[in-house]
Amino acid sequence: MDVKWLIKMAWRDSRRNFSRLLLFISSVILGIAALVSIFSLSDTLSREIDEQAAALIGADLEFNSNKTISPAAIKFIDSIKGKRSEQKSFSSMVYFPSNGGTRLIQVRAIDGEYPYYGSLDTRPLEAGKTFRKNNTALVDKSLLMQFGIKVGDSVRIGEQGYIISGSLEGAPGQTGISASVAPVVYIPLSTLEKTGLVQKGSRISYTFYYKLDNPKLAPKLADKLEPALRTEGIDIDTIESKKEETARSFRDLARFLSLIGFIALLLGCIGVASAIHIYIREKIASIAVLRCLGATSNQAFLIFLIQIIVIGLIGSIAGVLLGTVIHQFLPVVLEDILPVELHPVMSWSAVWKGLLLGLTISILFALSPLVSIRRISPLNTLRMSYQHELKRDYLNILVYLLIVILIFLFTRMQLKNWREAVFFTAGVIIAFGALTLIAKALMWATRRFFPASWSYLWRQGLSNLYRPNNQTTILLVSIGLGTALISTLILIQSLLLNRVSLSSSGNQPNIVLFDIQTAHREQVMELTRQQGLEVNGTVPIVNMRLESINNITAQSLEKDSTIKIQPWVFSREYRATFRDSLISSEKITKGKWTGKAEGDQIKVSIEEGYATRNDIRIGDTLTFNVQGAIMRTIVGSYRKVDWNRIQTNFLVVFPSGVLENAPQFHVLLTHVPSVEASAKFQQALVKSFPNISVIDLGLVLSILDDILSKIGFVIRFMAGFCIITGLIVLIASVLISKYQRVQESVLLRTLGADRKQVYMINAIEYFFIGALAATTGIVLSLLGAWALARFSFDMNFEPEPLPLIIIFLSICFLTVIIGLMNIRTIVSRSPLEILRQE
Amino acid sequence: MNTILRTEQVRKTYTSAGKTLSVLDDINFDVAEGSSLAIIGPSGSGKTTLLGLCAGLDSATSGSVILNNIRLETLNEDERAAVRNKYVGFIFQNFQLLPTLTALENVMVPLELRREKNIRSRAIELLEKVGLADRSHHYPIQLSGGEQQRVSLARAFSNTPKILFADEPTGNLDAETSEKIETLLFNLNRDAGTTLILVTHNAELAARTNKIIRIKGGKLVEEKTNTLLP
Repeated sequence: MDVKWLIKMAWRDSRRNFSRLLLFISSVILGIAALVSIFSLSDTLSREIDEQAAALIGADLEFNSNKTISPAAIKFIDSIKGKRSEQKSFSSMVYFPSNGGTRLIQVRAIDGEYPYYGSLDTRPLEAGKTFRKNNTALVDKSLLMQFGIKVGDSVRIGEQGYIISGSLEGAPGQTGISASVAPVVYIPLSTLEKTGLVQKGSRISYTFYYKLDNPKLAPKLADKLEPALRTEGIDIDTIESKKEETARSFRDLARFLSLIGFIALLLGCIGVASAIHIYIREKIASIAVLRCLGATSNQAFLIFLIQIIVIGLIGSIAGVLLGTVIHQFLPVVLEDILPVELHPVMSWSAVWKGLLLGLTISILFALSPLVSIRRISPLNTLRMSYQHELKRDYLNILVYLLIVILIFLFTRMQLKNWREAVFFTAGVIIAFGALTLIAKALMWATRRFFPASWSYLWRQGLSNLYRPNNQTTILLVSIGLGTALISTLILIQSLLLNRVSLSSSGNQPNIVLFDIQTAHREQVMELTRQQGLEVNGTVPIVNMRLESINNITAQSLEKDSTIKIQPWVFSREYRATFRDSLISSEKITKGKWTGKAEGDQIKVSIEEGYATRNDIRIGDTLTFNVQGAIMRTIVGSYRKVDWNRIQTNFLVVFPSGVLENAPQFHVLLTHVPSVEASAKFQQALVKSFPNISVIDLGLVLSILDDILSKIGFVIRFMAGFCIITGLIVLIASVLISKYQRVQESVLLRTLGADRKQVYMINAIEYFFIGALAATTGIVLSLLGAWALARFSFDMNFEPEPLPLIIIFLSICFLTVIIGLMNIRTIVSRSPLEILRQE
Repeated sequence: MNTILRTEQVRKTYTSAGKTLSVLDDINFDVAEGSSLAIIGPSGSGKTTLLGLCAGLDSATSGSVILNNIRLETLNEDERAAVRNKYVGFIFQNFQLLPTLTALENVMVPLELRREKNIRSRAIELLEKVGLADRSHHYPIQLSGGEQQRVSLARAFSNTPKILFADEPTGNLDAETSEKIETLLFNLNRDAGTTLILVTHNAELAARTNKIIRIKGGKLVEEKTNTLLP
């Protein structure tokens, strides 16, 4: 075969259509760009996590426990040669005397020189090192901003006041999101006692950080110490384990984003296939002539395949370049959820992957219309009507099969799991199928129920959607998918927020006070009443650990992998209560409820899910360690608990008459009618009882909103690729139909339509495209959000119409503007002038 | 004189919506090498279908088309393409120039397909013969109908075909241009010693050929030799 001639013919055929072909392929540029930027981000993240791993943990070894570390364990740990820092952290209220602001925060009391790697990023810079010597505090910058506090102002934690010596911008392993949930305040460990917050039963996390004389020994040391320390409930982290843990979570994020990028690419490819299909239809006459002149079917096919390869390569290179540029800006998008600082560097592996994928996928999708070239008969030169009789052959089925295989293989590469890859591939096919069905149903319904009495302009605009070689369906699918992603995100966000808001509606409690000491209980209740708030009593909470289930302990569980008990059952701290009756959020599902202890047997009630997950049966023996006192109990009943309610719910409930004298703290729930009342109540509370923590549902809502916005921004960013891809397909489709539009426009102008009317007809057509596409996406997202509300959150689905209306109008506006911009050359000039040019 | 084209009991049917439609039935004729033949008949009579079968653009449902001693029904589509490239030239009513190629490139394509040498100079020579050397770098859209048909003629003769098929070659042209194209066609045909098969409604054009066959309702109803021509 004369390859040189084929290339020459491909060049000759494409040179007058080059810009058009480039436009077709531009639909895939964004998809490739999205993927290359994510691939590059993934590489950059791996590199940065490798390089900054030590700064993620801040030390060579970290020992952590939720209970006081025994002197024996401390002695054991102290055998390690190196520097040590000790940290005690816990949740507490903070109080700013200058404006009376209060909030639940995370206190970190620390000594030594931690962090040994990386730094406490503070403003001023030196504050991170000097605050321990000067007995001052470092306060998270978001907290300072929230309360309008400055460095130099004071802050009170418990009974101790501190001067704020620095604003905390970052700490080892900390992300923007973790700072939103629990803003951190660092204080010197030596001042912790003075706060009065460390008392028996306080929920403190104890941590020791070590900088080894020989850091290379850290993994071996961790392996050696781990068995002994695990029995003490102490976790060990090394730089390596922290690195793996961080890399794993962000690998998952990168995979998720790459799959969204891949969907944008698939959308673009469908756009390309659709455009090439129409392009080939226009080329039937030329191909038939070539066949008449003696070109074989393969030669004709190859002439066009070469064009697609070249254009695909150009598109892929453009996508790779754009992706590399976008990659430079991704750290800004992701800064709140990343624990490391990113310094984007061009990733060659991402570049090659992008080029290969872009080229393969654009060729594969273009192949579907291209194989039909082989069937174009030379007889088409004699009979033009044959142009509409393109037959498909078996190769088409093979091409579709190859496309599905490619989707599957790409997904498998990203997810590293065959089963998930099968589900994703099937999901993509089903989602595209569902979108197509909705789009076609909407098109049918619009045509079927469109009022015949409406003006000619509206009727003409509508009928334009159905012109020969129209791309209406692909436009509805591509723009619709982007819309679906964005509106689903908004619906789920409001669903989650509504769920939290609803739980406190009416007179339901919306403030929880915990850590109330028994001695303060009556006074706190009195103070609450003085604020005009209702008190329905308090709930006692006793901290304990589970020593054994029947005779199975943490040690025996480790040795026997056949036992169906999760290890955390023994390592976690239980906050149990005792009472003589059930509350409204729970009911007995098995066994018999015992309200009062009878004889020697203590019959406890445990939560149903917890019991079944750990194979705990009625009659089993649970042995608890209640702050030093061993207590054998029998499982008397299972309870089903509605965790959705703002109530004090428990895994384990003891009968009354057992724990009354155990060290305990109390929880009080109340309802505050307004933000102002809440602030006033919290100020009064923190002033009188600084060791009490307050969870304000308003705060929970704002944190949740903040987190969802931060994560949502990333998803919106990716969904943007889908929408822009759809708009590029729209521009391509306008240009594909340009000849028809010229004819229509000229005919209408000749028949007496003025320019405004022609514009109006086109605007109406694009409005229909935008409206139907937006509706397609919104319908799909409503179905998805309804299913989530109904089956996952178990709540009524009442979507807020305003965001959906805004999305609908935005998509319509964008579509109309882009469509009209592209036809202005046709409409705004004289018919004859255009005809001569065309 | 040798026979260059022979049809033997050629039959062509199409199936549409489950019904069989007979377009041509029992067509038998032959054409001597170097002569000319006009296929005439009313619209829809099957003239163009017969031309397509004779040129190897389509295959007969039954019967044989023997072109230059090659039985076309024994060849697949790519083998027929090779035959077309080697022995056949085409002229179409709507010119059928490749719109993305210049006039010169359009003429060059059949030669390029045959991998011949000195293609460009031969193509320019042919364009000179049809009087379009100065328009060689123009695209079809930049040429008038008559000019396009002249490029089409140059292309048809570029591979020195043994037989030239023309489908209504002047059907889209005005009378004056038609006259010029007809003269050019017959002159080139005579100079090259090519056999000419043409489909036409134009009685005057048909009268310039050696032989005329009339098709009606898919059947050959009349075959007459023009004795006035040499």
